[in-house]
Amino acid sequence: MASMTSYDSNINKVNESAVDRVFMLGNTAFLLIITTIILLPLVFIVAASFSSAEAVIAGKVTLWPVDFSLLGYETIFEHKKVWNGFANSLFYTFFGTIFNVFMTIIAAYPLSRRDLVGWRAITFAFIFTMLFSGGLIPTYMVVKDLGLLNTRLAMILPTGIGPFNLLIAITFFRTTIPPELIEAARIDGANDFRTFRSIVLPLARPIIAVLVLFYAVNTHWNPYFPALIYLKDQELFPLQLVLREILIQNSIDASMLIDIEDLVAREGLRELLKYSLIVVASIPVMLIYPFVQRHFVKGMMIGSVK
Amino acid sequence: MLYFRLLLVRPVAVLVQFKKRETMQVEPTSDITPASDALEVRLPHRLRLLNQEERAKLWLRIRRNWQLYVLLFLPLLWLVVFRYAPMYGAQIAFRDYSPAFGIEGSPWVGFANFERFFNSFYFKPVIINTLVLSFYSLIAGFPIPIILALSLNQVKTRLFRNSVQMITYAPHFISTVVIVGMLFQFLHPRVGFTASLANLFGMAPPNAMGDPGAFRHIFVWSGIWQEMGFNAIIFLAVLSTIDPALHEAAVVDGASRLQRIRYIDIPGLMPTAMVLLVLTTGRVLEIAFEKVYLMQSPLNLSVAEVINTYVYKVGLLSPVLDFSYSTAIGLLKGFVGLLLLIAVNHAARRMTGNSVW
Repeated sequence: MASMTSYDSNINKVNESAVDRVFMLGNTAFLLIITTIILLPLVFIVAASFSSAEAVIAGKVTLWPVDFSLLGYETIFEHKKVWNGFANSLFYTFFGTIFNVFMTIIAAYPLSRRDLVGWRAITFAFIFTMLFSGGLIPTYMVVKDLGLLNTRLAMILPTGIGPFNLLIAITFFRTTIPPELIEAARIDGANDFRTFRSIVLPLARPIIAVLVLFYAVNTHWNPYFPALIYLKDQELFPLQLVLREILIQNSIDASMLIDIEDLVAREGLRELLKYSLIVVASIPVMLIYPFVQRHFVKGMMIGSVK
Repeated sequence: MLYFRLLLVRPVAVLVQFKKRETMQVEPTSDITPASDALEVRLPHRLRLLNQEERAKLWLRIRRNWQLYVLLFLPLLWLVVFRYAPMYGAQIAFRDYSPAFGIEGSPWVGFANFERFFNSFYFKPVIINTLVLSFYSLIAGFPIPIILALSLNQVKTRLFRNSVQMITYAPHFISTVVIVGMLFQFLHPRVGFTASLANLFGMAPPNAMGDPGAFRHIFVWSGIWQEMGFNAIIFLAVLSTIDPALHEAAVVDGASRLQRIRYIDIPGLMPTAMVLLVLTTGRVLEIAFEKVYLMQSPLNLSVAEVINTYVYKVGLLSPVLDFSYSTAIGLLKGFVGLLLLIAVNHAARRMTGNSVW
């Protein structure tokens, strides 16, 4: 990313014209407006989550908490379903990502070897699934026939290898592991398993980091649809499905609200709970992302700008 | 998405070249040789040229790498079971599937399921909704990340630039459920931000989520809000590869920043932009299913029912599950999508000289 600014530092030595100064002013203003538009809804949600139920239901909250209160968060902490969903999501994300990354790496390394007879055809077989698939129902039937319906494995096995991630990994191996290195290992008497373990895997750390992120966030933590079709048992629901019930379908365990007599206050708490829940559900990814976003960027760029 | 250009593309390109070679060989001979010979000509020439010695060499190469094939075994097994078995199962689109008879046992019905969809009451609205929603997303969503990237690329202060980038990426990492939940809360007619704002100015709070006329705008613009920062990444990366000498020369010639954007940056982005446009258009029927489905309500169903949600409802939600019918609609969508990708790619190559393959 550093190279992006290189020409600017040279150009700065030349005095900027009036036209350019006006342009830069407009440009900065434009970016500030964009940033505000992005931030506004986020700030509102956070502000509402820290407000009182009365202020929320009266529609008084804009960009700052009104009658500061932690009631929404306290209510969530008692909500067993949310925590159960949280634990399930962690389980699926952890084991699912291990499975995905393992499968992707053991597929990508052989396919990155141009001396492997048939690499083109096999790679194409993977890519083709990106262009055309059997569709929702036939996939569902396979999962059903394997007896995976309503099991934890249904959240893990079908995700397998993302063709897109496979391509990134293949490109990574092609560009970072020179064939000479493999040849040298062979001359030293290493077989392909040994080479894979002792040379390829240690060098693959950056791509493993990228894959872990892509799979964990895009395949496991954020989607709800696989769970919607494959799981029936509430105990197995991941967080996103629990969130869907509460945020979208508006169904909240009535026992949570039972202490409150007043109908309006109850309605207020119901809404307040949603704001707090949105914040709590976004926190894990939001906390991690500033530290990992450069890996995402790297992943996006592997193979694209070479 | 650009690695498509290098990667997705390469295997596809191989396929296309392979086809070309095939036809090139057939054409000159087809006039003069009898049909029986044509079969031999059709064989890929790499295989045809192999004599015994070369075949032995090929076998040696395969044997020498046997451990690599062992590594590939599990991924290939997975691929066959979870990706290609469903493609085989998709034949139920042409059968009257019933679980009692299984896939092979159910009777063939030809195109009956497809005809039923064409004649169905839902056919027209579902197709129109899908096309309007996806082309609206495509046209409104395409230029914005480019503009954002061009604008960010001009910023000299590193801290400001990094902060803006960091903030604009952030929504990408929020899950669909939470995004739609936020939309419902933000636009809530009583407790939402728009309601609070309306209260502040003494106006009647709008009910945007309940208004079918607003559905498409909310869907598209919330999508842009979520993804513009992330989609700008690829363009920023391409901008960073533009030769600084071009900019230096332009400055010496007295070009303003705006002129440099117009004549250096934008042309530099064009090939990438074209490839991305082709790929997005090719997937135009694959609207973000998860989001549409969450945003649907009885009020907006007339504009919010798209092919993917309809397939899901017919296949897995309705009281009388119809696997064959649902699969037929899904198959139709997949097939049209594939044709569209090929057509758009062809058009892009004709018009701009840039294409995916």
